[in-house]
Amino acid sequence: MRSTVIVFPGSNCDRDIAVALKKLQFKNEMVWHKDSELPKSDLIVIPGGFSYGDYLRSGAIAAKSTILKEVIKSAERGCLILGVCNGFQILIETGLLKGALLRNKNLKFINDDVYLKVNNKNRFCKKYSNNQIIKLNIAHNEGNYFTSSDHVKNMQDQELIAFQYSNNKGDVNEDYNPNGSMANIAGILNEKKNILGMMPHPERMTDKLIVNEDGLGLFSSILN
Amino acid sequence: MKISDNIIEKHGLKKDEFQKISKLLNREPNLLELGVFSAMWNEHCSYKSSKLHLKKLPTKNEYVIQGPGENAGVIDIGDNDAIVFKIESHNHPSFIEPYQGAATGVGGILRDVFTMGARPIALLNSLHFGDITNKKTKSLLNGVVSGIGGYGNCIGIPTVGGETKFHKSYNENILVNAMAVGHADKRKIFYSKARGVNKSVVYVGSKTGRDGIHGASMASAEFDEKSEEKKPTVQVGDPFTEKLLLEACLELMKDDSIISIQDMGAAGLTSSSVEMAFKGGLGMELDLEKVPCREKNMTPYEMMLSESQERMLIILNDGKEANAKKIFDKWDLDFVVIGKTTNTNKLTLKYNDKVEADIPIEALSSKAPIYDRKWKKTKKQNKKRDLIKTINLSFRDAIFKILKSPNQSNKSWVTKQYDQLVMNDTLLRSGSDSAIVRIHNKEKAIALTVDSSANYCNSYPLTGGKQIVCESWRNLISVGAKPISITNCLNFGNPENPEIMGQLVETIDGMREACEYLNFPVVSGNVSLYNGTNKKNIFPTPVIGGVGLIENLNKISDHKFKKTGSKILVIGKTFGHLDQTVFSNEILSLKNGPPPEINLINEKNNGEIIYDFIKKNLVNAVHDVSSGGIILALLEMSMHSGIGAKIAKPKHSLNQFEYFFGEDQGRYIIEIDEQNLNKVEELLEKSSIHYDKIGHTQIDEFQIEKDFREKIIDLNKLNNKWYNNY
Repeated sequence: MRSTVIVFPGSNCDRDIAVALKKLQFKNEMVWHKDSELPKSDLIVIPGGFSYGDYLRSGAIAAKSTILKEVIKSAERGCLILGVCNGFQILIETGLLKGALLRNKNLKFINDDVYLKVNNKNRFCKKYSNNQIIKLNIAHNEGNYFTSSDHVKNMQDQELIAFQYSNNKGDVNEDYNPNGSMANIAGILNEKKNILGMMPHPERMTDKLIVNEDGLGLFSSILN
Repeated sequence: MKISDNIIEKHGLKKDEFQKISKLLNREPNLLELGVFSAMWNEHCSYKSSKLHLKKLPTKNEYVIQGPGENAGVIDIGDNDAIVFKIESHNHPSFIEPYQGAATGVGGILRDVFTMGARPIALLNSLHFGDITNKKTKSLLNGVVSGIGGYGNCIGIPTVGGETKFHKSYNENILVNAMAVGHADKRKIFYSKARGVNKSVVYVGSKTGRDGIHGASMASAEFDEKSEEKKPTVQVGDPFTEKLLLEACLELMKDDSIISIQDMGAAGLTSSSVEMAFKGGLGMELDLEKVPCREKNMTPYEMMLSESQERMLIILNDGKEANAKKIFDKWDLDFVVIGKTTNTNKLTLKYNDKVEADIPIEALSSKAPIYDRKWKKTKKQNKKRDLIKTINLSFRDAIFKILKSPNQSNKSWVTKQYDQLVMNDTLLRSGSDSAIVRIHNKEKAIALTVDSSANYCNSYPLTGGKQIVCESWRNLISVGAKPISITNCLNFGNPENPEIMGQLVETIDGMREACEYLNFPVVSGNVSLYNGTNKKNIFPTPVIGGVGLIENLNKISDHKFKKTGSKILVIGKTFGHLDQTVFSNEILSLKNGPPPEINLINEKNNGEIIYDFIKKNLVNAVHDVSSGGIILALLEMSMHSGIGAKIAKPKHSLNQFEYFFGEDQGRYIIEIDEQNLNKVEELLEKSSIHYDKIGHTQIDEFQIEKDFREKIIDLNKLNNKWYNNY
């Protein structure tokens, strides 16, 4: 399977994602933000970091870059798109995913290992069991997902909420909501379910020596 | 323009220093020249008060590739891998403008590391704030922590360790020390020494603005009530540009374009050009009208003294300019040839073809003043007799008080604001004895720790200096690393005061002794003097950044208990030293007495056997015993793992407070499986190392004889309480 990782000035999880993809035998290519063409690929990843310094607003400038026009075209053709952290923020800024990512409720950067409850009814999570609890790492300033309550309802009905913050038993409530996100949302899909945006970093949990391999399920789901 | 006494004073120079300048030039300097001298002759750049004493520190062992004197120290960790590291202070700027001061402290130390061709792989820091009741402390804490996080998180280098402490001696002068660690190919280390005449001198990175003018001079003076007015001398950081500069420099370093490279840190363009020329025995001529400027009508004086961030000076081999420029264009960074190397041994500054300054390089560097300042020995205080008789609280209350105290409380409030995992090689994070960072794509790692113990140094600097080197060594041992070398940041008060100068001299003496005995040399560092306001000096605060090597990723250890039913041992002898401990300072509010003694022989023997246990997979957990004594070490092992312990004091003469709260040095606590007990005891006895068997691990309750029994979950709540409510 072929994958492409977009590199913006200020991206800093590009290498980490590439390492994870290679571990699963993806044929991966890195693409620079000034490029105007995308290589043929089955998966496009927009990695975490601080694209263009996150000036103006997280992801706002990246969303207007040359390469993003190509990403949008590919997305419309049904290519799988994964945006992690800053990548999720960029997908929101392009309008490929709906809602907004506000500053964390405590107004501070948060780096922590968190538990997530998985909805496996999509291409990105099918290797997990439904409602499986996994542990991933978050590292962001603006991960507080906000949208209309109608939209949340809509996403629940269509099973578009891929990840919710929870405890290790799978309880989803305010006590286990690190950043104030509505409905503890940590990751969402578009209606066609070919685009996933998520704040937690699956690429960081692909190595037992670091913490665990809970992130591998996501990459192996995409593979098959 | 005639230079008045007032102008000399404003440049932080003494009258006799001005006379020395005139003598070296055979004339009076003009204002630009005076500015250049002030930038080079201040304490921060010239080490004029500390140089004589720093020389005493050992700087070599079989691992050292580059010791002090370069942008950072370099050690060899085998397989052509080199580790490049240094710690530096940004104390004064951080007090005036905490966010930017701390952020640019991180930016500056990172540049020191990647200037040498290393990709930064870890950041650490040591922070000292004033008393928590001081009205400035909270906003300074918030500002500094978010500044450090803001810079490191954005550039994408994990902040893996550090310390945050509070004491009233820092009320008006906080300490912000940042350490950066990078990984390089041993065969591709870049140095600042210029070579060859008529080579292009290139300016790369951000444009020059009016920020930070005289920053280094400001950092070399005491504060007074007008310090707030110095805000414009604080630099403004842009981690995004630094990330671009990092990537562009590393890209250019892939081939042989660069002769030498130096970051523009303190004293900006002045110190970088002078240092490169001086090391190469050359001169340098700069055409200042070519310097990329952020603001209009900047004068040569402003350009030479600006401390705008994210800039580098590079000397290129002939014919490499075009290709190098292409790389910097790709990263949207300025790239301008602003001058050339010469054989004049002078720094010649021109503006539109007119010579504005012409100074012999030596006058700015090797002929800068060096002072053998007067110093006074610190008298060792007598041990407080009958200290235990003054204890008027229960054992149980004392434990609660320690857990709730700001200095001992859980610091995850701070460390959660730092991205600790980016780059995906962090095997052990903040809160451990040392952090462990894997060398990317390799089966080895380095261990990193930052430590200080100012109250020991304040009481008796000779012991304090020894102690802090040993603590760094011990922290590396505790995770299974072989200690290799250190970087140091010496934060002291006004060296013109003989008592303060004495603290500096004796701390260095103490450090020297420990470094030599442990084969643990200093490879880089920084001295920050004049830390004080209105004659009130800070506690002498040497901060040590230690680096150790782990050659097998399966032979590492941490301090968390692993299972119930295993045995708990204290390695090293407990004498019950209570003076200058957390218990006596923070719980009993006693200030006098000597710090615990260091016995280097025991220190080394005890450490080596712990290292051996880890390599033989005989231990489940290891924790060094430091401030707070055995009790705090045990509590941390329990609280961070969720596994309880049942503990009893061995039957000897010490009182419970002395045994559990004493801070005798060279001790470790280990958790071992029962089946390994015989083997471990045999090894300990063979090496004649004292040990106490003090109990075993158990489910979720922490218990000491009949005097203390609590659920781990409640202890954690207590330990987290202070930060959460501050």
